[in-house]
Amino acid sequence: MIGLDEILVRCRGLERRELLRWVEERWVLPERRGEGWVFHEVDVARVELILEIRRDFALNDEAMPVVLGLLDQVYSLRRQMRRLCNAVAEQPEDVQAAIRRALPKSR
Amino acid sequence: MATQTPYEVLGVKPTASADEIQAAFRKLAKQLHPDINPGKPEAEARFKSVTAAYDLLSDPDKRARYDRGEIDESGAERPRYSYRPHAEGPQGWKYQPHGEMNADDLEDILSMFGGAMGGARRGRGGGQGFAMPGGDRLYTLTVDFVEAAAGAKKRLSLAPDSWLDVTIPPGIDEGQVLRLKGKGDPGIGGAPGGDALIEIHIAPHAHFRRDGDNILLDLPVSVAEAVLGARVTVPTVTGPVAMTIPKGSDSGRQLRLRGKGIQRRGGSAGDQIVTLRIVIGAADDPELAAFLEEWAGKHPADPRRGMAS
Repeated sequence: MIGLDEILVRCRGLERRELLRWVEERWVLPERRGEGWVFHEVDVARVELILEIRRDFALNDEAMPVVLGLLDQVYSLRRQMRRLCNAVAEQPEDVQAAIRRALPKSR
Repeated sequence: MATQTPYEVLGVKPTASADEIQAAFRKLAKQLHPDINPGKPEAEARFKSVTAAYDLLSDPDKRARYDRGEIDESGAERPRYSYRPHAEGPQGWKYQPHGEMNADDLEDILSMFGGAMGGARRGRGGGQGFAMPGGDRLYTLTVDFVEAAAGAKKRLSLAPDSWLDVTIPPGIDEGQVLRLKGKGDPGIGGAPGGDALIEIHIAPHAHFRRDGDNILLDLPVSVAEAVLGARVTVPTVTGPVAMTIPKGSDSGRQLRLRGKGIQRRGGSAGDQIVTLRIVIGAADDPELAAFLEEWAGKHPADPRRGMAS
């Protein structure tokens, strides 16, 4: 859990104005604390992710929300998928076997 | 203190040219060289860090890798960071779209399993729809000490453009989990939705501490206030209140402000317990020293009398 200034120290080349805009655009969702912001680990990782996407793929700001939105959907679906797989894994062996048999090799 | 960047070590801007870096290094190396600073370990240490910084920045390849964040100031590889464990960990929920997964999405996935479950899609029209309850979602929320003690309304931002309004009840404890019914993932096929579980963390306060329903506060008082007594203003979680310091109070004396602790919803309330800490103030006050010398001469007393040696 760190503040805005500490993030700026950690992420070389990131400007305060820029980070505040990302917060305003809701690309990053720190918590409001009095007049300032609190960034949890996931928020710091997300700031680094945005920096990395921008640097490595030369992505402009208009495309960023699309990329972030798609990434977030992938992670959301992965969670749902894992939930489903866990439910299958808890079934008796014969049910699991039936599901395995029912899985087509290809579509 | 944060580690200095090699640019800071050499005292140059990150945009400095190779020539500027070389010039800065030569200047510092002359000043700090161990041969002209014998027996000065701090000069030797700085010489080492200046040399290391120059080794890194004088090599265009290493300098470029450092600027890209691939290696750290010692030249060691920085671990390739990954967002994924964060996204899939408990803190990642707030970035994952809420209710984005609808019945059609799920049926597409189920159809990947083919056969029996895929049949649910066809069965839907015949009134045999597949139903799946929504899962719970976990969030964390940090509140200030005073918000936790006195209660508060907080707003938790969620991606892409929604939020949860959370009522923090007075006296919530660190790590307590609030459950918002039906605010988790929506159910599919008419099944009930999951809940939002919000784990509360309390940021420590500079002055207040908690002890159950009581709030503890150390209150600095001057020598004059302790000896003569005083009427002072004391902060509490619900705002400042007036308190009387009795004449002749020792350091460590505890005074109780009844009902100024945690206010429980049932009506019961804890107290605020104020511990006096006598502060001398100015380290060198000749007037006070002169007075005490005279006073102590007339009032010989040993506060440690009776203490086993």
